[in-house]
Amino acid sequence: MAGFRIERSTPTSRIGFGVIVLAILVAATLPFWAGGATVRLAIEIFYYLALAESWNLLAGYAGLVSIGQQAYVGLGGYVLAYATIILGLPPLAALFLAAPVAALIAVPTALILFRLRGAYFAIGTWVIAEVFRLVALQIFSLGGGTGVSLPAAVVLAVAPSRFARDLVFYYLALGVGLAGIFMVFFWLRSRQGLALTAIRDSETAAASVGVDNRKAKLAVYVIAAALTGLVGALAYLMKVRISPGAAFSVVDWTADVIFIVVIGGIGSIEGPIIGTAVFFVLRGLFADYGTSYMILLGATAVVVMLVAPRGIWGAIERFDIQLFPVQRRLRMLSDESD
Amino acid sequence: MSQLEIRDLVAFYGDFQALFGISLHLDAGECIAIVGANGAGKSTLLRGITGLLPVAAESVRFEGAAIGSLPPHRIIARGIAMTPEGRRLFPSLSVEENLLMGAQCGRKGPWDLARIYGLFPGLAERKKSPATALSGGQQQMVAIGRALLANPTLLLCDEISLGLAPIVIRDLYAVFASIRGEGTSLVIVEQDVSRALSLADRVYCLQEGRVTLEGRPGDLSREQIRLAYFGT
Amino acid sequence: MEWIDTIVQGALLGGLYALFAAGLSLMFGVMRIVNIAHGDLIVFSSYLALVVVQSLGIGPFAALPLVAIGMFILGYVLQRGLLNFTLGSDVLPPLLVTFGLSIIIENGLQQVFSADPQRLPAGTIDTASLNLGGGLVVGWLAVIVFVTAVAVIAALELLLYRTAIGRAFRATSDDADTARLYGVDTRHIFAVATAISLAVVSVAGVLLAIRTTFDPSMGPARLIYAFEAVIIGGLGSLWGTLIGGVVLGIAQSVGIVLNPAWDLLAGHVVFLLVLVFRPRGLFPKLVD
Repeated sequence: MAGFRIERSTPTSRIGFGVIVLAILVAATLPFWAGGATVRLAIEIFYYLALAESWNLLAGYAGLVSIGQQAYVGLGGYVLAYATIILGLPPLAALFLAAPVAALIAVPTALILFRLRGAYFAIGTWVIAEVFRLVALQIFSLGGGTGVSLPAAVVLAVAPSRFARDLVFYYLALGVGLAGIFMVFFWLRSRQGLALTAIRDSETAAASVGVDNRKAKLAVYVIAAALTGLVGALAYLMKVRISPGAAFSVVDWTADVIFIVVIGGIGSIEGPIIGTAVFFVLRGLFADYGTSYMILLGATAVVVMLVAPRGIWGAIERFDIQLFPVQRRLRMLSDESD
Repeated sequence: MSQLEIRDLVAFYGDFQALFGISLHLDAGECIAIVGANGAGKSTLLRGITGLLPVAAESVRFEGAAIGSLPPHRIIARGIAMTPEGRRLFPSLSVEENLLMGAQCGRKGPWDLARIYGLFPGLAERKKSPATALSGGQQQMVAIGRALLANPTLLLCDEISLGLAPIVIRDLYAVFASIRGEGTSLVIVEQDVSRALSLADRVYCLQEGRVTLEGRPGDLSREQIRLAYFGT
Repeated sequence: MEWIDTIVQGALLGGLYALFAAGLSLMFGVMRIVNIAHGDLIVFSSYLALVVVQSLGIGPFAALPLVAIGMFILGYVLQRGLLNFTLGSDVLPPLLVTFGLSIIIENGLQQVFSADPQRLPAGTIDTASLNLGGGLVVGWLAVIVFVTAVAVIAALELLLYRTAIGRAFRATSDDADTARLYGVDTRHIFAVATAISLAVVSVAGVLLAIRTTFDPSMGPARLIYAFEAVIIGGLGSLWGTLIGGVVLGIAQSVGIVLNPAWDLLAGHVVFLLVLVFRPRGLFPKLVD
């Protein structure tokens, strides 16, 4: 029998790797050559990217479509508020509390939610988000329905000057965004990741070769929750003011993210990156038009879903291009040229 | 002109080619058997005829018309009914409701509920039961009855004997005399060759998506059939 | 006595929830589609009723049949022209397309009608009450809604189990391919299912608009109530959906009495409890 080798990089993915390194270098130095508004926009882009990658991991790879990730955004934000205001923790410490707390809460939540399948699961996630929101309304020490602002002392504890704070937030956001991408990337390269892709392609086939669907899905749900919680904490540390209506808003935290992933391309790492770019361009151009802008987003998502279900990247992918080498290719040794 | 004419039929499931140019014909009132091993393409052929699998329009001609690209609900309206492989009764429906689904296409003819109950006496008493609560043999009767209620001029039977005891199969096959008596043409697809040969006027053998043998049962030897069925 | 009153109010409220849920249940039963825009379509029909009432100068109950017919047609066109193309083995397309629709409808309504709350005036029926004896007084409107819910569900059951088209619905739900084999044009059947679903939705929408004020953002909450009623009652059973609605309504009413801020939360908690302890609902029927 001919020998074979499993390999992951392809010529284009090697170029892609170079592109990524370049992009990281640009991003790493941005605050030193761009204006404040650009920096703040970049921060937003990074954490939407993190949200998009984790939503994509859930929906595109584990087949878990969630319209309730805002539950963990709000949870992260409220963990931050509680830890800094009530517990008096330093803000950055409080920030890093968000992910583990979100992960912890995600476990029993998932076990309940997994009793629902398909679209009913999706609505279930929305119910959970509603429950979290209603509970937050009852936390009177954090302002109940009107919400609460982080005290000035907390804000200053991040860094004394505006510029320094922007710097801290920028690199935190960049870290979160990269964490989002590379977490998905390394997860998919792992054995669990292969299992996940198998589940995505065919659940029954995966189960028949012994892939434990439930454990894989649970792991993905928890990871997505953790990352989403971290984003929530960071976002509200920057916004300074949190309220249940905003922190658990479907439109701000879920509709936009879904749009990003659908347009960019579900089920690929590159898709959400493209989707985020497109989203922010559209937002820059049309957000002033309020409801018309939202209608445009909704209509675009509908059209893309019907015409190009794998999004923009899906259309490009047809040419066998891969930026992130996650696919495994079977290469027969007899194909080697030397 | 033949009632059913298949010419160079090819069929794909995605990238996988299942049929490589099947040609066969059936005259009105005839009974032909299509035999072959698992995976030979028999069910695929029937799916192509009934529209469940889209094929080139010209490759299937029924009563002169090219039907290959028509959707299934139009094909049964033209008079081709099938008892699918595995029977495919509707679990949420009772026996009678399953039978009545056959009449959904609204074709007129000699078959009605009373006549079906006459043909299969055991079914009348169980007509309100959920169809899937019946024994395998009775379910097969429901499946055949359902197809007959469509008053077809051509009846396709896909693996009727699968999973049934010989005595049950014998009872089922006995029914075909009445069916043929109405002038209905029959296509019997079977893995059980001898059953098929006992009933059919002519037989085709399929192997890996191709016709490997054709002829009258009397004219073919065991050895020829074995070769055509299994290959070398 | 207080408690009986609370429970009765809750049960009658459940009628409204059952109406919300019936259309959702039908669409899922026949096509396995969960329409995320379901709640927004309820609100849409409230606005449609408003337009009909204002432009024709008739009362809301007179407008109801017109709205129902309009929504029936809309449902047929929506399914045949859009949603049919999302059907397949993948769960994602119908879900995301209906999610997109939800956003479009909500924002479209806001653009045309503004975010101000509206109400369909129905004259004296709003406040008329019925004395059931023993100190128990209920609103006429609440009773009408409940009776309508029962009537609609009974009609749907009749349709599903006593008619040829109902048989076609159930057969298609079981096995769409074999249904096609036996003469069912599934593109048409799916469209009729959605048409009926939206007609039921419109009844819910009109009654909702009479009962309370409405605005474009109310859709999601209605979807959640509908969904919870379906899950509590059990997938595949329409009468179960009625029971589910009643349970939900009672939970919310009891919740309010315990603490004014707990009405919605109480409903969600009961829903989650059912999900944990009886995941198939109280009266499941669906053969999956």
